[in-house]
Amino acid sequence: MRRFLLIAIPYAWLLALFLVPFAIVFKIALSDAAVARPPYMPQFDWITGVWAFLSKLDFENFTWLTEDDLYWKAYLSSLKIAVISTFFTLLVGYPMAYAMARAPEEWRPTLMMLVILPFWTSFLIRVYAWMGILSNEGLLNQFLIWLGLIDTPLVILNTNTAVYIGIVYTYLPFMILPIYSALERLDGSLIEAAEDLGCSRMQAFWLVTIPLSRAGIIAGCFLVFIPTLGEFVIPSLLGGSDTLMIGKVLWEEFFSNRDWPVASAVAVVLLLILVVPIVLFQRNQQKQQEAEQ
Amino acid sequence: MNRLSWFNTVSLTLGFAFLYIPMVILIIFSFNESKLVTVWAGFSVKWYGELLQNEAFLNAAWVTLKVAVLSSTIATVLGTMAAYVLVRGGRFLGRTLFSGMIYAPLVMPEVITGLSLLLLFIGIGMDRGVMTIVLAHTTFSMCYVSVVVSSRLVTFDRSLEEAALDLGCSAAEAFRLVTLPIIAPAVISGWLLAFTLSLDDLVIASFTSGPAATTLPIKIFSAVRLGVSPEINALSTIMIAIVTVGVLTASLVTKHQLVRQRRDEQNAVRT
Repeated sequence: MRRFLLIAIPYAWLLALFLVPFAIVFKIALSDAAVARPPYMPQFDWITGVWAFLSKLDFENFTWLTEDDLYWKAYLSSLKIAVISTFFTLLVGYPMAYAMARAPEEWRPTLMMLVILPFWTSFLIRVYAWMGILSNEGLLNQFLIWLGLIDTPLVILNTNTAVYIGIVYTYLPFMILPIYSALERLDGSLIEAAEDLGCSRMQAFWLVTIPLSRAGIIAGCFLVFIPTLGEFVIPSLLGGSDTLMIGKVLWEEFFSNRDWPVASAVAVVLLLILVVPIVLFQRNQQKQQEAEQ
Repeated sequence: MNRLSWFNTVSLTLGFAFLYIPMVILIIFSFNESKLVTVWAGFSVKWYGELLQNEAFLNAAWVTLKVAVLSSTIATVLGTMAAYVLVRGGRFLGRTLFSGMIYAPLVMPEVITGLSLLLLFIGIGMDRGVMTIVLAHTTFSMCYVSVVVSSRLVTFDRSLEEAALDLGCSAAEAFRLVTLPIIAPAVISGWLLAFTLSLDDLVIASFTSGPAATTLPIKIFSAVRLGVSPEINALSTIMIAIVTVGVLTASLVTKHQLVRQRRDEQNAVRT
């Protein structure tokens, strides 16, 4: 009896507040826009039976997504932004993780702490901090003008560049931590062996260190890529009107246009795009766990 | 390990500069006399004073705190139960579905979670307010709690529990007296994680809150959309200070505990 309750309580909670809501999103994505005209919702008709429900299904909202090029452009541009910023996060994060793993042992807890601390600080505030730096009369431009590198301020805020900077900045800890934990486990004698066998330091790095930290790199990339794809805060604060990201489109479709069926359809397609990276990520994690055992 | 090479020193310095300079600038400019956030006009704490008189922000802060305490506490209970079930539950009907539902919210885009919960609340005719935000936050943060707690449970030496049972403890007593104290650090960090996630959440709270309940992130977001303001800098500084003090204290406490635990173990070996 006790075991039953132990399982049933969290199970029921997740069913009611995670799975059922999803079913509703699917249902609304497939239901008629006219029936569900916002802001009013149709009553849920579980009782009338599955047939009545199925007969009402149509893919109108999804065809709508293919007809208006706003949507597929938003998906493509989200993918592009996510790929590019994941790459840059890796470029910034790998050397840091590498240096942390090479640091004297007594420094490592402090360095870890310094990486984790921003993660505990509000995401919104960290994005906001860049608004003052990147604006036209912001500190970055003031600094560059003072150095004499530029005469007129660069336009960075409200462009995709600002979005990339924001993503690399806020997601950096997610990249550093898995790579660091992979590199820390790395057996130093393997690199010595490679060098003894005639590798230069660079060759040893490419041939030994990188392959052995691969699982960490993959995990870090997914941890940045997956949440970035649906990102809303960064494009709305740092991006401009030409920054198209699907999370922002969904938000606007929902709150500004109040077209709930289309917003639901946008969500369903985003979810379908995410299935592939999420499955790959889980495989990578499983492989890593098996390797540890 | 030998000393850091120049390359490693440079990448650490640049990396940490990149991570911390924006926040340091934010803090410095919260003490700026001028309303213009990019021009320094002398030291002043007036924005803090104005912030403390801003009813809307104070109310939002209060709502946020209430939501965070409630949701992280419920999430810790549910998440610990879920972790126990995942690690110790054995087989039961729908186990795969259960573990899927634990991991899925971790990777779900917030806009989707928020949208789906809002549609649910409207569907069942629930008025949106503090309660709906608590329900939403509990749902996603219990998953984080259960991941943190289950990683501790996996490495847990089961024979300690069995010993307690052999010595006459009931299952509940064994859990309370042996298991819980050992997994306590994970439970506490799970609670802290849930708490910060709740404090921080903008997207899900925006979907699930009603006009009666506005949280601080929602308030900050709508203020920030209009541009940079020294009041928000002051608010951010306070939040950064609280988090820094909290995280430092927590890490000192765990370090202290670790030292004590090691000493106890050594003493136990000696006697």
